[in-house]
Amino acid sequence: MATYLEFIQQNEERDGVRFSWNVWPSSRLEATRMVVPLACLLTPLKERPDLPPVQYEPVLCSRPTCKAVLNPLCQVDYRAKLWACNFCFQRNQFPPAYGGISEVNQPAELMPQFSTIEYMIQRGAQSPLIFLYVVDTCLEEDDLQALKESLQMSLSLLPPDALVGLITFGRMVQVHELSCEGISKSYVFRGTKDLTAKQIQDMLGLTKPAMPMQQARPVQPQEHPFASTRFLQPVHKIDMNLTDLLGELQRDPWPVTQGKRPLRSTGVALSIAVGLLEGTFPNTGARIMLFTGGPPTQGPGMVVGDELKIPIRSWHDIEKDNARFMKKATKHYEMLANRTAANGHCIDIYACALDQTGLLEMKCCANLTGGYMVMGDSFNTSLFKQTFQRIFTKDFNGDFRMAFGATLDIKTSRELKIAGAIGPCVSLNVKGPCVSENELGVGGTSQWKICGLDPTSTLGIYFEVVNQHNAPIPQGGRGAIQFVTHYQHSSTQRRIRVTTIARNWADVQSQLRHIEAAFDQEAAAVLMARLGVFRAESEEGPDVLRWLDRQLIRLCQKFGQYNKEDPTSFRLSDSFSLYPQFMFHLRRSPFLQVFNNSPDESSYYRHHFARQDLTQSLIMIQPILYSYSFHGPPETIAQWRKAGYQDMPEYENFKHLLQAPLDDAQEILQARFPMPRYINTEHGGSQARFLLSKVNPSQTHNNLYAWGQETGAPILTDDVSLQVFMDHLKKLAVSSAC
Amino acid sequence: MEPTMAQYQAISKHLPKVCQEPHLPRGHLQPQQHRLLVARLHMASLAKEMYRMAQAPLFRCKGPPTSLASASGSFPNSGLYGSYPQGQAPPLSQAQGHPGIQTSQRSAPSQASGFTPPASGGPRLPSMTGPLLPGQSFGGPSVSQPNHVSSPPPQTLPPGTQMTGPLGPLPPMHSPQQPGYQPQQNGSFGPARGPQPNYGSPYPAAPTFGSQSGPQPLPPKRLDPDAIPSPIQVIEDDRNNRGTEPFVTGVRGQVPPLVTTNFLVKDQGNASPRYIRCTSYNIPCTSDMAKQAQVPLAAVIKPLASLPPEEASPYVVDHGESGPLRCNRCKAYMCPFMQFIEGGRRFQCCFCSCINDVPPQYFQHLDHTGKRVDAYDRPELSLGSYEFLATVDYCKNNKFPSPPAFIFMIDVSYNAIRTGLVRLLCEELKSLLDFLPREGGAEESAIRVGFVTYNKVLHFYNVKSSLAQPQMMVVSDVADMFVPLLDGFLVNINESRAVITSLLDQIPEMFADTRETETVFVPVIQAGMEALKAAECAGKLFLFHTSLPIAEAPGKLKNRDDRKLINTDKEKTLFQPQTGAYQTLAKECVAQGCCVDLFLFPNQYVDVATLSVVPQLTGGSVYKYACFQVENDQERFLSDLRRDVQKVVGFDAVMRVRTSTGIRAVDFFGAFYMSNTTDVELAGLDGDKTVTVEFKHDDRLNEESGALLQCALLYTSCAGQRRLRIHNLALNCCTQLADLYRNCETDTLINYMAKFAYRGVLNSPVKAVRDTLITQCAQILACYRKNCASPSSAGQLILPECMKLLPVYLNCVLKSDVLQPGAEITTDDRAYVRQLVTSMDVAETNVFFYPRLLPLTKSPIESTTEPPAVRASEERLSNGDMYLLENGLNLFLWVGASVQQGVVQSLFSVSSFSQITSGLSVLPVLDNPLSKKVRGLIDSLRAQRSRYMKLIVVKQEDKLEMLFKHFLVEDKSLSGGASYVDFLCHMHKEIRQLLS
Repeated sequence: MATYLEFIQQNEERDGVRFSWNVWPSSRLEATRMVVPLACLLTPLKERPDLPPVQYEPVLCSRPTCKAVLNPLCQVDYRAKLWACNFCFQRNQFPPAYGGISEVNQPAELMPQFSTIEYMIQRGAQSPLIFLYVVDTCLEEDDLQALKESLQMSLSLLPPDALVGLITFGRMVQVHELSCEGISKSYVFRGTKDLTAKQIQDMLGLTKPAMPMQQARPVQPQEHPFASTRFLQPVHKIDMNLTDLLGELQRDPWPVTQGKRPLRSTGVALSIAVGLLEGTFPNTGARIMLFTGGPPTQGPGMVVGDELKIPIRSWHDIEKDNARFMKKATKHYEMLANRTAANGHCIDIYACALDQTGLLEMKCCANLTGGYMVMGDSFNTSLFKQTFQRIFTKDFNGDFRMAFGATLDIKTSRELKIAGAIGPCVSLNVKGPCVSENELGVGGTSQWKICGLDPTSTLGIYFEVVNQHNAPIPQGGRGAIQFVTHYQHSSTQRRIRVTTIARNWADVQSQLRHIEAAFDQEAAAVLMARLGVFRAESEEGPDVLRWLDRQLIRLCQKFGQYNKEDPTSFRLSDSFSLYPQFMFHLRRSPFLQVFNNSPDESSYYRHHFARQDLTQSLIMIQPILYSYSFHGPPETIAQWRKAGYQDMPEYENFKHLLQAPLDDAQEILQARFPMPRYINTEHGGSQARFLLSKVNPSQTHNNLYAWGQETGAPILTDDVSLQVFMDHLKKLAVSSAC
Repeated sequence: MEPTMAQYQAISKHLPKVCQEPHLPRGHLQPQQHRLLVARLHMASLAKEMYRMAQAPLFRCKGPPTSLASASGSFPNSGLYGSYPQGQAPPLSQAQGHPGIQTSQRSAPSQASGFTPPASGGPRLPSMTGPLLPGQSFGGPSVSQPNHVSSPPPQTLPPGTQMTGPLGPLPPMHSPQQPGYQPQQNGSFGPARGPQPNYGSPYPAAPTFGSQSGPQPLPPKRLDPDAIPSPIQVIEDDRNNRGTEPFVTGVRGQVPPLVTTNFLVKDQGNASPRYIRCTSYNIPCTSDMAKQAQVPLAAVIKPLASLPPEEASPYVVDHGESGPLRCNRCKAYMCPFMQFIEGGRRFQCCFCSCINDVPPQYFQHLDHTGKRVDAYDRPELSLGSYEFLATVDYCKNNKFPSPPAFIFMIDVSYNAIRTGLVRLLCEELKSLLDFLPREGGAEESAIRVGFVTYNKVLHFYNVKSSLAQPQMMVVSDVADMFVPLLDGFLVNINESRAVITSLLDQIPEMFADTRETETVFVPVIQAGMEALKAAECAGKLFLFHTSLPIAEAPGKLKNRDDRKLINTDKEKTLFQPQTGAYQTLAKECVAQGCCVDLFLFPNQYVDVATLSVVPQLTGGSVYKYACFQVENDQERFLSDLRRDVQKVVGFDAVMRVRTSTGIRAVDFFGAFYMSNTTDVELAGLDGDKTVTVEFKHDDRLNEESGALLQCALLYTSCAGQRRLRIHNLALNCCTQLADLYRNCETDTLINYMAKFAYRGVLNSPVKAVRDTLITQCAQILACYRKNCASPSSAGQLILPECMKLLPVYLNCVLKSDVLQPGAEITTDDRAYVRQLVTSMDVAETNVFFYPRLLPLTKSPIESTTEPPAVRASEERLSNGDMYLLENGLNLFLWVGASVQQGVVQSLFSVSSFSQITSGLSVLPVLDNPLSKKVRGLIDSLRAQRSRYMKLIVVKQEDKLEMLFKHFLVEDKSLSGGASYVDFLCHMHKEIRQLLS
């Protein structure tokens, strides 16, 4: 093992895990003094082209409270055909199928390179994937047209045997029956009325009707036993029908008078979608895909009234407690999200509008169920179209990059307990010996449900070292953690992915250097950022910032080298050196700052931040600014471009220069999900503000003249620059007053 | 100089002349000149006993009521407002259906005999045909005598008077067992009774009169039916006397010809009797007089009555933006009775005497008689009936209305599908929609149409013309109904024809396999109403419904039919709606101008009393087809449907009746809603609907100026035009009661009384209602006797000429199904009839209560006119003849057992009487004069009625005959109704009690 950097990278590639600390402080007390908690970013379904699933089921520890999976860390007695669980030390008999086991004939799960292994489970009925489109019809004509085309296109991308359903809404909510020939049939619901799941199922006729006395004719044997087949049909059967239906879809016909918003029953539509799936396909992989072009304006879950003169709530309103619908609406969507999660379904929100659409209130639907949240200006943009297409991209095996209904089960060795998780998951409330009483994120459980996930979905998982200071761990002792993820693969198979990792324990007194060196500052920054964002959802913004600052100062105090009261003496080792910079950017990021962002935008950014993997998260915290230049001042390039030099053959190299960032941008755009907002701007251009808000304000109107000669425009902000921030940080770190 | 009323006499001699000619100077008549009906009655205690008998149950042999009801299973598809089969018992299975009850009691298998009174069957005593009673001899033949024959004063009663003496105990011979008192029975018709119905027959018995009367040692115990007033005779006389010349309405207080008479009307300032008929055309000046006479003052108004082609429909007057000219105070509309004064600059209101300025644009000079010179150019100054175009002020929300819409709402539950109703209906609608009512010469109807099907959920259809296929939208939230679509629900039929056709093709297929048996009702109407509201128009819902709405929804009903309640104080609940939800809904419908027509296809109790609330309050119609089967009932249903869809109808109407100072409209009867005491609100009003208005005095009237009525109806035409239809009628006023009695119209009186009674049963026990009617009738007649008739013995029954049919007609009302239900009448039938009568016009009530009975072979075969009717009594039937009987709802062809074989052959295409299928509903189309004539006659009868009458062929002595006999209203009825004769006796007794 060469360096920790390599170790970290190798571990990430193999196991999809990044720990904040890769050598663990061996006692509770010392661990808490480390400031950054022992935690990891786990990408449960990290793509592993080199890891074909094994075709059998995992061997479990027989202790009912443990049930850990046999793994390379287990001690095996090949002669006695016994293995010892490395978590609870239970000795277990191998199952009969392992009769031939020996040192030279090991099953994969015992080989060290299979610290991550995937099992394929053959049992159980496979149910097809379900895609339920919930479509807003209160759109502008061209928006609706674009959306219809996207939806029609998506039919060809869906797995052919997937079940598909359609709900449209506006003033009313229509659940379309897809099975009928001739007359197209839909069930219509009032958009203002909250209905229970039972009522919805009754009204959709999903509950078995009482048979009349006379049997009209023998019941036709049906392909699907579910009554719901009327609303959810295999896409290969009805794609023509559905294409036509989508084609005939009209804008909501109810008149919208001047000065009013269209009446949009998003709350009821979602409620019906949830109720429909709940009653018919509980615990199977299903996506509810909500496409909305504006805020819910009536019924349960309404976010704003239909009077245009009253604008939708802003952060200002929320602070002033002036958002009259927010709490009630949030409660409605939370209730739906929890029900959906309980059924293992997920909700995607595709919101395309120039104004806010109520993502703040609806965010929990995507956050708790692992659904996607996409925000755009219009359905008629490539941002939406390509993002939507990318949902249906396939991996190297030709499988959809989506998985459903996952359960993440975590086991730890005795010295560790689980404090919580932050990510697109809900707690399953499974208490056990390895569950800590101190919660970080969603805690109090050792299992979480992740209803929708893809190969990049990443959870932050926080641990607590519980080993007491006076019970030292022997030299060379290792702590282990096992992540067991049950999920429904997009091929509808049930699979189990098991990742078992181990790290060395180290005594802080004697081995602080080791621990320091094994610090993963990137992971730590993201994990701290997740904690910060998680707090920001429930706490006031300034409190969160203060907390982050304090943590940073404490970290610097703990790991910095300095003389007391001498800021200039302050140094950080390489493994910590970037961390303050990450924090600087995090403080300014839209994940924590709401200034200049609408509540919807904040929700959107936070949603994505809480599910992206480390690399993406880091980029989101600290943007990357690539520079392309002829070594001239940038405004000249803009002038040249305006002058059209790029179109002249003799300036072809200029054309290439202009093209280079565009090409790179395309590359980046293709690699990300959801597709980022792509802004092509120039010096002094109106859109340049988006760029300027992201860069380090080393030069502002406040210090422009103080700094003197430097060329380049000032950035109009009151934010401090990184330089000022660092100076201040040093001062505080070395201060003994803190 | 034609007589206005045929002469009639019961006893003997010539009667005084009729004094009803309007041109006769009033007040010149001697009391004895009054036309009198003097009936000599041998009654006293006898009558009392007979009446009691009539009330008593007659079929003690029949077992419990349930078994009676089951007997009606024998006529499953009779087409009467019918009975339901109980269980699955086949027609003849009465005994099998109730073996425990029936078998031991009944030895004879004949069903018919089961319905025969136990004492019947014996031969009629020869004595009945023996020496004629005094009255008998004057039976049929009183050929219309000239009215002005001066005749001796009314007869002093012949010796029969003595019979009135003893009021003591009954002589033994009067006991019910005595055959002489038996009502006519099976097999008793025949030549024995002689040719009474033949009006043309000579006057046979006059000479025998004197010798027969006095010395009869044994009093003839029975009043001779021929001696009592005959409706047939009265109708016939009126036809002969008044059917030839047009009725000109120029003269105030003229009594129009009877409704049974065909006549033309010339509007010369008063509304045609087709629009308004009054109980009396001469009304007392004071309320004291009115109270004394007890004659109800009522007008039966049919504002949108259809006219024969020879008569012009009301002219439309457009007064432009200023709108119709009205009195400033009482808001009466300009009419021919308004007095122009001051050279035409002002006019005095004929109703309230207020003096109004004539607006400059309306000014016109007066001629020397004070009449405007343009009077004859302006309908509103010269005609009794006309229309104004309404201005925007007369419109809801100050907005001219949109054209109305029709919404077809079809029950597609299991029952509706199984009977083939849905398929039949959808097929018919495809062509029927081309015949929606349209205004005048409009090329296409302005009415838009929409479609809903339902069982326990509702299915709306988008039939927008741009769609390739209709779209169905299901609304299951019946607790909170709403309309799921706006655009594409109500469409122009021509634009959306392809989509609609496709829809109507698919509806029967879509629900072919339905197993849903439950239905909702209130949400369906609510949906239709909401749809109209959303479209901002008035309109009509056509509901096709099969079963009691038991599905969980507002207006859910339970089966509460309980025959045990009959004749108890709780009987009224059977007529009342189960829940208030229906009235609430109806009010909302009225506010929206949403009229509901309900077609019911029940095969068991559906609670018509509740379901008909909304149609009733919205001016709609109810049609009921019990045990509907396509093969048997399709013609009737389709015919009714076609007529109902095509008929001209006004929407969102308000009717107000204004009167001269002195009387006031105080009560209203009909299918409408009233939110205050003066305005009759009608969501819809068609040409068949009638509103009966009762007036009361609130001041003195003036003989000079008479009494004026103005009925103003504000409505939206079927093209969406807002209009006012005005009918004016001037009546005379009198200070002499005799004038009142001389200008009454019994048919209208009966119309009023029936409606009054039928409303009464909602609040009072049926018995009390009947007693009220009898008492009122007795008071009317007693008042006449006391004040107008010449002094005579108390034993004489003296009836005013105009009211001589009052007892017989009243008896028909009293023994009608609502007021005296027989065992075979279901609760639904009673409720159905009750609400039907509520909006019937005079002609309809006339034939409904006293059915027409037409002999088929008596008149020459080549005669093209309807044969003269005979009285509705079994003894008028000859077993060698065939008869048609109709009452506006039912049509029977009764075939006598001894009808000639040739006749049977030429009508039924079978060789003998026994081969005729009982219950047949269609006559074979045969090419012979008799068949053509009978079928033609049936067609013409049907054409006269607003509802299709399904034919039922009844054979003499057949089990179906019981149904038929129910309509022989002069006879004692199985349900205990008195015979005419008995009732007359009873009435006489009542009068005498009042007089003494």
